[in-house]
Amino acid sequence: MSRARAEALLWLAQRASAAVLGVWVPIHLVTIVAAVRGGLSATEILERTQGSAAWAVYYAVFVLAVSIHAPIGLRTVARETLGWRGPGLELATLAAGVALALFGWRAVAGLVMA
Amino acid sequence: MKETTLAMSVWRGDAAGGAFRDYRVPARPGQTVLDVVTWIQRHIDPGLSYRYACRVGMCGTCAMTVNGKPRWTCRTLVGTVAPDLRLSVAPLANLPVVKDLACDMTQFFDKWRRAEGRFQAAPGSAADFAVVPPESAARQAADAGIECIGCAVCYAACDVVSWNPAYLGPAALNRAWTLVNDVRDGAQAARLAAVAGDAGCHACHSHQSCREHCPKQLNPTAAIAGLKRLATLAALKGEI
Repeated sequence: MSRARAEALLWLAQRASAAVLGVWVPIHLVTIVAAVRGGLSATEILERTQGSAAWAVYYAVFVLAVSIHAPIGLRTVARETLGWRGPGLELATLAAGVALALFGWRAVAGLVMA
Repeated sequence: MKETTLAMSVWRGDAAGGAFRDYRVPARPGQTVLDVVTWIQRHIDPGLSYRYACRVGMCGTCAMTVNGKPRWTCRTLVGTVAPDLRLSVAPLANLPVVKDLACDMTQFFDKWRRAEGRFQAAPGSAADFAVVPPESAARQAADAGIECIGCAVCYAACDVVSWNPAYLGPAALNRAWTLVNDVRDGAQAARLAAVAGDAGCHACHSHQSCREHCPKQLNPTAAIAGLKRLATLAALKGEI
């Protein structure tokens, strides 16, 4: 794949994941506020999320979008503010994405699996 | 009657460095910043170097940093930018200084070339006159950016250029966009490949400093957004 094509597709991936986050983040925040202000304890929250396919899919997609969006953005920040370029940066970007996905999905599993 | 004077602060130096030097210049009605710089050279300091040609906003050679902002000096009235009669003039940012207020424009125009910013006739297009309806969407998009005079004001105003020296910059990308919308041109895939990626349109953060400072009121940010769309579509189709 040409470098120009790879950069264009990364740009698209970041914009597409941003579009998902634009919907997902408000739902997440409203849910948190509603749960806390509604007086739900951690146990009561887990009672509602464990075994729920809907919450599993919602947060799995959330983690995927973050794992795509954040590393590409950090890659740009690293290039522009640190002047870091080259294979090391690409590996670090990939590692950041994989780490976010693994830790995030692990947390989702803890939320939805009994 | 006591003569009113301008308190001028003019950057003097070269690629190795320099500093501002102060001058006092008679204030005149309708005076441009270029008039003032010329007055200093002719009456106070013949060694002051700067660049200009047409003095009427066509050639794009006289741009400088005026009170911290990039401007075309031949069409910038002192009364507009310095109502307090204090004026600083420095070379454009993001370009190497040759001497005093004159910058080396080589990298700026090299990037036009790297962005495939020249017309390349489609094969066979010389056989007959091309019919380009002025009201067509493509022609109107090209017309919106065609009046660029290559002054580098946008280039000096661009944060991304300062962060990423390889970035092609607003003027080169705006030029590429006018050609992308030229139906007679036959090098579109090569042009989109040239303007895509880290040094090209996808690096733009849409700060719109180029649009804010362009003396011709062009909108390179919109041109770059158009390039992003087309280059990304070309990437999805595997054309670049």
